[in-house]
Amino acid sequence: MSSVPASAFLALALILFCIGLYGALTKKNTVIVLISIELMLNAVNINLVTFSKYGITPSITGQVFALFAISVAAAEAAVGLAILIALYRNKKTVNIEEMDTMKN
Amino acid sequence: MTFSGEFIAFMGLALVAIIGGVLLLNLGKVIHMVVALIFTFVAIAGIYVLLSAEFVAAVQILIYSGAITIIMLFGIMLTKHDDDNEPKTGKWRKLFLLLGILGFAFAVYIGIYNFDIEQAPSKLHENNTFQIGEALYSKYIIPFELTSVLLLVALVGAIILAKNDKKKEADEE
Repeated sequence: MSSVPASAFLALALILFCIGLYGALTKKNTVIVLISIELMLNAVNINLVTFSKYGITPSITGQVFALFAISVAAAEAAVGLAILIALYRNKKTVNIEEMDTMKN
Repeated sequence: MTFSGEFIAFMGLALVAIIGGVLLLNLGKVIHMVVALIFTFVAIAGIYVLLSAEFVAAVQILIYSGAITIIMLFGIMLTKHDDDNEPKTGKWRKLFLLLGILGFAFAVYIGIYNFDIEQAPSKLHENNTFQIGEALYSKYIIPFELTSVLLLVALVGAIILAKNDKKKEADEE
């Protein structure tokens, strides 16, 4: 049938998710943290589309769900960047370690 | 193992995607990181084509490598970045995080590495966009409309958060 097994796609999604997770947890720059979160969402979308083709009952639902996830991710990026700009206006920094106003 | 065209295409795209991700972690300048991630996004669109999801691939190119990358570049250009003084502290923290993530990856990999269920023949590649449109406007019409409300809320919220509060500044002066 198909020469590429489904587990190869799942493994690729796993690697991309781990790269995104590592970037989101270690990077100091808030923009890079936001973009790492986008990478994680993308990896999850690969899983959804993979199972829409290689699942027990292939159907279009996985792809429709991936589309909804993409639109939610776009909205999240816009709002996250707006929060970043508002924070930058008040604190003049994008370093994530200095954004600890709610800590004290 | 036979090397079919699909396998070679998958390997190439996966390599580009992973190299883009690794460059994101290792490059020095913020702009370069975002540009490296464009490679990853385009390669993921190619992966979608391999999975017979042409419409999702087009949406991926438009939204991710178009809109989200541009929005992030604007975010970088509107803020000031001092790339050079990356503090060397927190080396142990990074090491522990790496170990934890590797453990997580290993645990998930055990679950998926010989994932093999019987492949049923799919008809996803025939008139893919037509199928998605039919499903969106019949079965998923209410989530579709809710998504439009969500996008409107995000639009208004982003503008309100990011707009310059002139009145408050005038009061403070």
